[in-house]
Amino acid sequence: MQAILEMRNITKSFGGVKALDNVNFKVLSGEIHALVGENGAGKSTLMNVLSGVHPHGTYSGEIFYQGRNCTFRNIRDSEKMGIVIIHQELALIPYLSIGENIFIGNERAKSGVINWEKTHQDATKFLNKVGLKENPNVLIKDIGVGKQQLVEIAKALAKDVKLLILDEPTAALNEDDSNNLLNLLLELKKTGITSILISHKLHEVTKVADSITILRDGATIETIEVKGGEISEDRIIKGMVGRELVDRFPKRTPKIGRVYFEVKNWNVYDPQIEGRKVIKDVNIKVHKGEIVGISGLMGAGRTEFAMSVFGKAYGRQISGQIFKDGHLLTINNVQQAINNGLAYVTEDRKTAGLILIEDIKHNVSLSSLKKISKRGIINDDEESKAAINYRKKLNIKSSSIYHKIQNLSGGNQQKVVLAKWIFAAPDILILDEPTRGIDVGAKYEIYTIINQLADEGKAIIFISSELPEILGICDRIYVMNEGRIVGELAKEEASQESIMKCIMQSNRGRY
Amino acid sequence: METAKVNPERFESIGYILRSNIRQYAMLIALIVIMIFFQITTNGILLVPMNVTNLILQNSYVLILAIGMTLCILTGGNIDLSVGSVAAFIAAIIGTLIINQKMSVISAIIIGLLIGALIGVWQGFWIAYVRIPAFIVTLAGMLLFRGLTNTILKGLTLSPFPKSFQSISSGYIPDFFPFFDKFNLTPIVVSIILSIILIFVQIRKRRAKIKSGMELTPDFLFITQLLLTVFAINLFAYWLAAHKGIPIILVILGVLISGYHFFTTKTVPGRYIYAVGGNEKAAKLSGIDTNKVLFFVYLNMAVLSAVAGIAFSARTNSAFPAMGNGFELDAIAACFIGGASATGGIGTVIGAIIGALVMGVLNNGMSIMGIGIDWQMTIKGFVLLMAVAFDVFSKNKAK
Ligand SMILES: Nc1ncnc2c1ncn2[C@@H]1O[C@H](COP(=O)(O)OP(=O)(O)OP(=O)(O)O)[C@@H](O)[C@H]1O
Ligand SMILES: [Mg+2]
Repeated sequence: MQAILEMRNITKSFGGVKALDNVNFKVLSGEIHALVGENGAGKSTLMNVLSGVHPHGTYSGEIFYQGRNCTFRNIRDSEKMGIVIIHQELALIPYLSIGENIFIGNERAKSGVINWEKTHQDATKFLNKVGLKENPNVLIKDIGVGKQQLVEIAKALAKDVKLLILDEPTAALNEDDSNNLLNLLLELKKTGITSILISHKLHEVTKVADSITILRDGATIETIEVKGGEISEDRIIKGMVGRELVDRFPKRTPKIGRVYFEVKNWNVYDPQIEGRKVIKDVNIKVHKGEIVGISGLMGAGRTEFAMSVFGKAYGRQISGQIFKDGHLLTINNVQQAINNGLAYVTEDRKTAGLILIEDIKHNVSLSSLKKISKRGIINDDEESKAAINYRKKLNIKSSSIYHKIQNLSGGNQQKVVLAKWIFAAPDILILDEPTRGIDVGAKYEIYTIINQLADEGKAIIFISSELPEILGICDRIYVMNEGRIVGELAKEEASQESIMKCIMQSNRGRY
Repeated sequence: METAKVNPERFESIGYILRSNIRQYAMLIALIVIMIFFQITTNGILLVPMNVTNLILQNSYVLILAIGMTLCILTGGNIDLSVGSVAAFIAAIIGTLIINQKMSVISAIIIGLLIGALIGVWQGFWIAYVRIPAFIVTLAGMLLFRGLTNTILKGLTLSPFPKSFQSISSGYIPDFFPFFDKFNLTPIVVSIILSIILIFVQIRKRRAKIKSGMELTPDFLFITQLLLTVFAINLFAYWLAAHKGIPIILVILGVLISGYHFFTTKTVPGRYIYAVGGNEKAAKLSGIDTNKVLFFVYLNMAVLSAVAGIAFSARTNSAFPAMGNGFELDAIAACFIGGASATGGIGTVIGAIIGALVMGVLNNGMSIMGIGIDWQMTIKGFVLLMAVAFDVFSKNKAK
């Protein structure tokens, strides 16, 4: 097979810091090529160079695409050649319809007037191709992330894509949606579309990839040809981190104490839709030193539950009680929640977790300003020290504590969110998908920190859609489905099957 | 790779700090260039001691408003359109109280400031708690308070104010060292004391930082900066000394500017303002009462509008219906020239002050040159656009 793309000696610096250093990257026509590497390895940057986000002239090296030397000045240039990138963060417009989004910038129009009939027809055609059964008139904001991801692909198909680049497309998807998407990639491969897939979920990579290129610290380490043969995740990890990773989860002997945190009879209504109950009679308790998982499918209501507990940051007509160490708490806003020792690490770092235009230092201190100030005046030294400390501890890849968040790689942004809440020194830590977009090595580091916090006697609630992760680090697991707790499993009895069984049974019980 | 990580706090951050402040340095340099330009074209009149004092007196109201407007813009690119009308309204009330009701100047000023605060509560309530966009609430306020000003003044001009009131904007601190006839020694003494304190404090700060391993600027940069600042302070003091001394309004301005600079850069509520503008949702989930922040910012703006109204009426020695027309635009322009971001979260008080001075020097310089008001506006509009364009370009380049 011949190469559709060859990137040669790509070097890209950001103000003196080299993000890419002489990277070579070759993709064969019609294959699915996985691009893997640790957070900040330069994967997204490499793809931004390819697609013209970083225009020609801002990097050195050459790009050969379909045998031609390309000098893209912007995304439009690369799209004209059939290269379409779907970014780590989706770029759909929430208040426009699916159909409008598919053809945005590429409208079905005649002399500037949009042909709605054709828009509708063609949209339906592309939606069929990606296997999405939705009316093109539905607004984007009303469909889930899984479906949105499919719309993104339909949008790419509408642009006559030949080389499709997906940057962590499944980071926010559940198992089903992820599988769906991967199968779609395999389908597209049959029609001759080449894909580049960036992912930290290595089981997906081993499932679909024909070849795998590994980046580390901005340099190509190796390209592995899969060639029908199986490739183990451990083999990839070794290339990524440069050493053997013995365990995925750090060992720990839990020291579980008395009941420390309890939520009783928790009910929450949807803030938008009148009368729709989102959380129904939820009761949970967490002991001191315990890591309690909440498992469930996407949309089970876990985030809604966590946020409603965290100072009523979500929902309406919330009822129920929260106890800490046997005492009833009155929590009506986030401030009170924090004062009572709660912390909530959001699943949505960009819109709800970070101030992107500020630097690491100001983000780490944001929820702990009271702690590092006296009579309202911030102690600058203490603030810097905290930032330096966490930057080192969590290994946040950045030039300094003054690195702006928007210029950090996705995984490193996630580490800043974690740093912020660990610095707040809570007694009860609610983690919502804390390892989303984080590489395997860093995941291990984060699990270690979570274990440490638990061993210090904190109560930890761990929400995750990745079953292996929940099974790997939690001492006890609640299973949530459609706003209810439908099962509680001790570590010994928990398995993928037993969790799925709880969900299935609850579904059956209702019909 | 390991070696590159040894102590990154020390190396790269110098570049980061310089780059993130480039806008302010650039505007400061622009201000100096503009001053030199007019110094030449006006045959040296611009920087004649009397005109320097004049510059301050003329622009005091914009400087005061620009401080408050910075906070508004910081919270998310919101602007307050009502400041001119509120200033006029307060001036009208104070004028009525002092001139018609013969109330004492002090009580009238206190009442004026209180009413300013009430206006702030009114507008802050709608903006922060009902969540009507600031643009709309203050547009309504602009009409509302303009209307009320006219009602109070019945369309007439109130004048004159007593001497004590006028002195706010035209009085000087008495000379404590009256050794010379035409040379007021007080500013020189003050500036020398200030210089010594400045040098002392800066060196001590630097030592502490070096000790904790967090010093970022190299020696020569630190020394140059310090010397230039000291030079500027003393030059300025000389100008003041050569004309009647320290204007009272300058003292008020100094207190306001340094107070708000400290507030925005060093305090918790100041940081909250930046956080709300940077990402309101994240700020809320970090435990910040975002409504309270917004409320405070507009309350503050209304009080500063009242202060500006007092300063302006003291200077013009009158309160009149059309007073304060266009103030809001001057203040907003100052903020944006000074590097504030139209989407919030970025901007500084010092930047806005520099921006206001750029506008002030342009006004003053062009007037001395005899350029008509029409061309002055055209040029100011152009400068505003270029300043912001420069910002956009330099940001794109950094990418
Ligand atoms: N605009 C920018 N300015 C400065 N540094 C940047 C910028 N964009 C990226 N970087 C730096 O370049 C490096 C590579 O980032 P990149 O986003 O490519 O990583 P990644 O491999 O995609 O990581 P992740 O898996 O976490 O998404 C990081 O160290 C990041 O901080
Ligand atoms: Mg990335």
